[in-house]
Amino acid sequence: MTPVRISIAAAIASVLLILIVLELIRGRRLKERYALLWLVTGVVLLVLSAWRGGLNTIAAWLGVATYPPAILFAVTTLFVIVVLLHYSTVLSKLSDQNTLLAQRLALLEAEVSRSRGGTDGGAGDARSELEEPRTSGDSPAQR
Amino acid sequence: MSRGRVIAVVPAYNEEGAIAGVVDAIRSFDPTMDVVVIDDGSRDATSSVAASRGAAVVTLPYNLGIGGAVQTGFKYALEQGYELAVRLDGDGQHDPRELSKLLAPVERDEADIATGSRFVSGSGDYRPPFARRIGITWFAKLVSLLIRQQVTDTTSGFQALNRKGIALFAGDYPSDYPEVEATVLVFKHRLRLVEVPVQMREREHGESSITFVRSVYYMLKVTLALCVAMVRKYTVPEEEATRP
Repeated sequence: MTPVRISIAAAIASVLLILIVLELIRGRRLKERYALLWLVTGVVLLVLSAWRGGLNTIAAWLGVATYPPAILFAVTTLFVIVVLLHYSTVLSKLSDQNTLLAQRLALLEAEVSRSRGGTDGGAGDARSELEEPRTSGDSPAQR
Repeated sequence: MSRGRVIAVVPAYNEEGAIAGVVDAIRSFDPTMDVVVIDDGSRDATSSVAASRGAAVVTLPYNLGIGGAVQTGFKYALEQGYELAVRLDGDGQHDPRELSKLLAPVERDEADIATGSRFVSGSGDYRPPFARRIGITWFAKLVSLLIRQQVTDTTSGFQALNRKGIALFAGDYPSDYPEVEATVLVFKHRLRLVEVPVQMREREHGESSITFVRSVYYMLKVTLALCVAMVRKYTVPEEEATRP
């Protein structure tokens, strides 16, 4: 059987998690898209800690009836893994977008410096002074 | 002076010593060929040296790695409306005098992409060290199997491409050690690939234990990337493909 104190502590922790996430959304410090997983985590944990009979039943199914709170740990771990995996996909997407931006910036900078006749280098970054006017005979066509 | 129809894409990272020679060699091979040097966030004077030799220069704000730099060059070629592109590395290992061999099959429209190979018979006397030879053989065999076409030099970045090839690589190009994976990409998009025997000036590589560990790591990583590339879903980004 699940000790009552563990249920209470877990329920309080779940409620805290939900409240913190809601507060972060309210303060616009967390986008809803990324908050959803955390909210689901909080709600599932809250349900499992409050609904003691359910936790015991699940624990019995999985063969850990001697210590049902293990299910709480297992569920928490599962959700943390899902959240981390989600972050990896977000990170991959951001890194792709970052590359795209760097390329676009560099191409536009080249375009700008060319349309200014190559006299004043790039768009005012630290490298501008390195970019000398192009030498004769090779200037790309006017657009 | 009007814009040429062929552009040489030259990725360069900290190559202030070699880049002038590369640009000059391309221009002396064919003065009508335009050259764009992609400075991949160099900390030396690569950009200014290249510009002073009359190359167009695209300076990336930070180092993207070879794949990102090469892709930038193909985006440039696509957007500036070039019909053909060749790619040579900024370190001078690719000899511009070999370019006519590369361009020939693309200009005759026998291929969309021609890759210079050091190993096609008749391509000279390049003998890589043992560890590299294992890697090279492994990828040649694996890629040949995957794309059902005989290829011998999957790590060569010495290429000529038509407009189709340029558009493909501008839209989608792998990031680290991109050439092997790019071969599979070409196959998946049903573009025609040929290998042409060329000579390359190979840079010397030390054979320390670190290099060995690295090359094992590299082989595993690229092998995984190849398997992923075979089963990946392909969506060539429209945004890139249709930009004028």
